[in-house]
Amino acid sequence: MNAAPPVLEALHFSKRFGGTLALDDVGLTIDSGSVHGLVGHNGSGKSTFIKILAGYHAPEPGAELSIDGHPVRLPLAPGLFRSLGMAFVHQDPGLIASLSVVENLRIGAIAQGRLHRIGWRDEVRRCEQLLAEFGMACDPRANVEMLRPWQRPMLAIIRAVDETRRLLRETGRHRGVLILDEPTANLADSNVGQLFDVVRRVQEAGFGVLFVSHDLDEVLAVTDQVTVLRDGRVAGAGATSGFTRNDLVRLIVGHDIVPSAPSPTQATARSDHLIEVHGLSGPGVRDVDLSVAPGEILGVSGLIGSGFAELGPLLIGALPAWKGRMRIGTTTIDLTTITPAAAIQAGMCYVPGDRLREGCIGELTVADNVGLPVLRRFFRAGWLHRRALASHARAQITRFGVRPPDPTLPLELLSGGNQQKVLLAKWLQLEPRLLILQEPTQGVDVGAREQIFAIIRAFTARGGSVLCLSGDHEQLEMLCGRVVIFRRGRIARELVGPEVTKDRIAHECLGSDLASAA
Amino acid sequence: MNVSDPTSPARHDVAAADARGPARQGAIAQFCHRYALLFAWAILIAIFGAIEPGSFLQVQNFTSMFNSQAVLVVLTCSLVLTLTASEYDLSVASVLSLSAMLIAILNAQMQVPIGWAILAALAAGLLVGTINGVLVVVVGVESIIATLGMGSLVSGITLWISHSNLISGISNTLVTYVIVPQFFGISLGFVYAVAIAGGLWYFLTYTPLGRQLLFVGRGRRIARLSGLAVGRLRFGALVAGSFLAAIAGVLYAGTSASADPNSGDSFMLPAFAAAFLGSTSIVPGRFNAWGSFAAVYFLVTGIYGLSLMGIQVFIQNLFYGGALIIAVALSILVRRSETREPDIAKEGN
Repeated sequence: MNAAPPVLEALHFSKRFGGTLALDDVGLTIDSGSVHGLVGHNGSGKSTFIKILAGYHAPEPGAELSIDGHPVRLPLAPGLFRSLGMAFVHQDPGLIASLSVVENLRIGAIAQGRLHRIGWRDEVRRCEQLLAEFGMACDPRANVEMLRPWQRPMLAIIRAVDETRRLLRETGRHRGVLILDEPTANLADSNVGQLFDVVRRVQEAGFGVLFVSHDLDEVLAVTDQVTVLRDGRVAGAGATSGFTRNDLVRLIVGHDIVPSAPSPTQATARSDHLIEVHGLSGPGVRDVDLSVAPGEILGVSGLIGSGFAELGPLLIGALPAWKGRMRIGTTTIDLTTITPAAAIQAGMCYVPGDRLREGCIGELTVADNVGLPVLRRFFRAGWLHRRALASHARAQITRFGVRPPDPTLPLELLSGGNQQKVLLAKWLQLEPRLLILQEPTQGVDVGAREQIFAIIRAFTARGGSVLCLSGDHEQLEMLCGRVVIFRRGRIARELVGPEVTKDRIAHECLGSDLASAA
Repeated sequence: MNVSDPTSPARHDVAAADARGPARQGAIAQFCHRYALLFAWAILIAIFGAIEPGSFLQVQNFTSMFNSQAVLVVLTCSLVLTLTASEYDLSVASVLSLSAMLIAILNAQMQVPIGWAILAALAAGLLVGTINGVLVVVVGVESIIATLGMGSLVSGITLWISHSNLISGISNTLVTYVIVPQFFGISLGFVYAVAIAGGLWYFLTYTPLGRQLLFVGRGRRIARLSGLAVGRLRFGALVAGSFLAAIAGVLYAGTSASADPNSGDSFMLPAFAAAFLGSTSIVPGRFNAWGSFAAVYFLVTGIYGLSLMGIQVFIQNLFYGGALIIAVALSILVRRSETREPDIAKEGN
């Protein structure tokens, strides 16, 4: 390219956490006016790398960083990145929905008390100019909650660029770096194109952009260079145009897999399926059809933001569906009007991934938590038989191997794995027909994980159906005979039998086109 | 399926019976914690007894205290109910005034039979509760704001219908059935208060509905995902809370045989203080009826004793305000110390 030094040059970045090397001698160069993609699995070291740039982690000795040609002392003090001309936009755009666009744009200045007297008319005019510069059409006085979903990260990017420019003016530097961390993760729509226009304009304005993403389509569409991380090392790097999508997938996953005979619609037409979902659409999810047989564990996976995680809340009625119906046995349910109570009545139970916020009440006892759905069974002759309830809870948690098996303990005193077993006990005592699990072994140690798998398998052996929503591909390989993969809110692929492997699921989540690779 | 499901795997007794021992010493601390308020009450009585042996330690002092504070007990019960659902009802004091005033106007001025007057007062309580419920549950206003507004509105109505006057001359029947001592100096009003506190205790502890209300209060989202009718439960709590406040108003009318348009105001802070102080005892960490019952009489004893010592009226505000702040701060500190321990236990697994 040109002779100017790269806007950001990182060399020999390493980071050790306890015994593991999360980042091992990683280097990366961002040229001015270019977009650099950083891709890799969860745990590949992407976020460790970014957190070193943000000053959140200190790198191991030997790391070098120069910005705009000037060497910078490492570790960076937290927050110093701003004055160096770096700006971060995270997956959560950090906007206040009930405030206007212009207020959000100036939130940093207002928070730091830099504005002594706010001239709102001038602010609005400035905001209009800024929005026009980056090609974003919206009213500066509109509240952020009125914006379309894809406009929110756009606004966050514009704000970051604006703040950085102002700081650059103060420090006399010229070129900034914008770091986008999964900016599209929560967008199911195809409108990410508009977001990319903003990114291109940022690039034209002379910024270097680091674009961190799971989504290879986006990386191929918007980046000039790309670096692939795997297990903390650079697995590959170079001009994006030199890579095909399958090259990237191979680098991310680490080894090639032999594409098995493509069997796209095998085994879906079986008529003995107990539970069927038809045409489900809702926030983040479009036109989903799926079916689960009695005794089956169906895995559901995808990238963050692909919509697979919304399936549980949509089926149980915690998120409103726009369209869709569901059949359980002989009952048909309209998913647009279903409530959690009706879903439970129909034989569905949902164990959320976020245990302490959605699953159970930590400050109440194990017996209280387990007993909640069955209180009425213990209410006889106008009296809640608390001792019977407690011994029932004790029997349930003993059956599932909860330790310690003491129903009078507050639930929050138990370990993650035991909390999860209590939650399984809470729902499995209802003998549901369909158990929906979201990240069932999140925050659970290895031993408890096996026990939880055993509980799930015992449930299906009794004829129950399980829908397991998870981003943990290894877990899906161990549990499931069939896995459906979500991409951009739709089911993109169904893997059956021998196809269900950790690597294959990873490939499909990333959307590699194996037919063309073969 | 049944509780003793014969088809369920027969490995009930696998690996139980470990980690049950060390709870012994905790039990003593727990006992002290549960009954600390009662000990404190006993100490308070002993102190005042020692300072003012002649005037304080009289049976009739205590009976009159028990009798006169029945109103506060019932009003506190109303708060315990709504607070369990994590709703703040700031309109209870105004409902109390309205209820008492309706009885005074209907019975003393318009000669309506006392029974009908009481029914009208209770109906007014239900009406206010329903409006609160619509605002909070259907419209979605924060309960603290909705009931603050309703409280002011209701007290405006009370002032309006009474022309800001104290109205006396309420039927002696009501007075007899509330405040006149019936046996050993105890009046029926106190009996009602005990019955209502007991009923609330039963409801919150021994009925599924009461337990569900607790879940709604502690985790609305979790309760909803567990299939509870969260909206209906919150609505019900607000209506029932207002109804109990109206009952407190009836007792007030019976206690004083008259109604003052501002009669409820002086009960507001004591009721909150008692509800929060009560949540630190008997069932520590939960709003509960007997804890609040004990708290009411603990606070009243303090005030009564201080007033016997000739301390001025402002002490009442100091005492109730201080008690409220200390009770809330104490319950948070206790909770924090309890949640700090488990971290160690957690790491063990």
